Amino acid sequence: MPIFGEALRNALQKRATLLYPFEKRAVAEDYRGKVEIDYNLCIGCGLCAKDCPSSAIELVLTSDNKKKPKYYISRCTFCAQCAESCPRKAIKMTPFYELATYNRKAEVVDPCGISQ
Amino acid sequence: MSTAIDIPIGPQHPALKEPINITCYVDGEQVVGAKLRMGYNHRGIEKAGEYQSYIQNLYLAERICGICGIVHSFSLAQATEDIIGKELPRRADYIRTIGLELNRVHSHLLWLGVAAHEVGFDTLFMYVWRDREAVMDLIEEVTGNRVTYALVTIGGVRRDLPQERAEKVLRVMDLLEEKVKKYKKMCIDEKTLRMRCDGVGLLRKEDAIALCAVGPTARASGVPYDVRADDPHAAYDEIPFKVVTYDTCDVTARVLVRIDETLESINIIREAIKKMPSGPIRVRLPRVVPAGEGVGRTEAPRGEVIHYVRSNNSDKPFRWKVRAPTLANFLSIPVMLTSKGDYVVNIADIPIAFASIDPCMSCTDRAIKFVDVNDGKSWVWSLSQIKRVSHGGGR
Repeated sequence: MPIFGEALRNALQKRATLLYPFEKRAVAEDYRGKVEIDYNLCIGCGLCAKDCPSSAIELVLTSDNKKKPKYYISRCTFCAQCAESCPRKAIKMTPFYELATYNRKAEVVDPCGISQ
Repeated sequence: MSTAIDIPIGPQHPALKEPINITCYVDGEQVVGAKLRMGYNHRGIEKAGEYQSYIQNLYLAERICGICGIVHSFSLAQATEDIIGKELPRRADYIRTIGLELNRVHSHLLWLGVAAHEVGFDTLFMYVWRDREAVMDLIEEVTGNRVTYALVTIGGVRRDLPQERAEKVLRVMDLLEEKVKKYKKMCIDEKTLRMRCDGVGLLRKEDAIALCAVGPTARASGVPYDVRADDPHAAYDEIPFKVVTYDTCDVTARVLVRIDETLESINIIREAIKKMPSGPIRVRLPRVVPAGEGVGRTEAPRGEVIHYVRSNNSDKPFRWKVRAPTLANFLSIPVMLTSKGDYVVNIADIPIAFASIDPCMSCTDRAIKFVDVNDGKSWVWSLSQIKRVSHGGGR
């Protein structure tokens, strides 16, 4: 019964799981988390919205009549295609992954509410 | 046969993780026949793909299967590159190979855990899944996410594998090799596991060939069929590896094929890192794909996967067809679940025999046959009939 030896060894070992959310594991160096858009660099070309596979980005007209991307976090699949398509490198992936909320409206990054 | 009672297993059943219906005909404790009915998980992915660009479809393809995602995005990219007809940089091929093999390691370990769970050996399930975390973390490090990798793009790969990360991959491979060897010994020596797996789910070599079984299911029946060796793609033409086959044709053979393949994959990853040339990781290809047809195929952890793409000189495919390996292996299930001569199938063997092909229903479900749920009548529509219906006309 080779499993018994293994089971005994494991009984004396440290627990393999973490007590999330009290203990957190560090994410990998280039982890793809929440998308961050730098609206000062953005030229409103719309390539990110065109390439997004899950329609998480759409272009909206801001108060000063410019087209800027609006980002829906709840639709995002974190593929980083927008960051790759952006010609100005205005979009970056951040390591934030704890994005669950009870309020879906709060999960939108709207350029209209951000002062330029 | 006259006393046979039919037991429906599924579509929702504790022993099955995804919806499928197996109707088993039993005589006492013995299963004398089985019939599969699928189609509970049809998602219309191929049709959705016709409304999206090739770039967007890569991410959609990756979500065909949650376990072997990279296989589908790789095959779709391969089919698209086949139409465009441009050589990729060698480094991209090597990184793709490493991605595919990491995927195989994680998928086979996952299956080993599931198989242990199906025979009631939950201790092994826990241990294997704990050690599988090492490769999941590694995949996160290499590709940026644990499950949906987004590594492959049309014309190459999106992420490079720098030296220090490659060294980390090698370190984890050493650790995994040791663990997997231990599990192999455990699976061979553990009497309880052998009693549940030996002689169960028998698929003879001639049946495997006649029913076009693929992947580990075919190789466990002694058919040395592996797309990586038979039609080398990515960097498989430069990396020597062994096609693992066993000839006992039962669940034990499938367990051992998968464990040996995991060890083989670890060696492929080591070899690929050693031989990886430097240079660019992608070429820029046009977004508009010229009219034509392309095929992409690779060896997924479960068997051969085929993607067919027909383009019409636009940035969206005209037709995209996917054949997932489970579809090919489903045909073997009724044979495995039918008692014949000396071969006896008990009701308790159904879950493990079914799980031994590593079924993935959501990958597989495509509209093939129409069934009227009221009277059980079924029929198949021809392409012209489907076209007429989709254009608003009647049958």
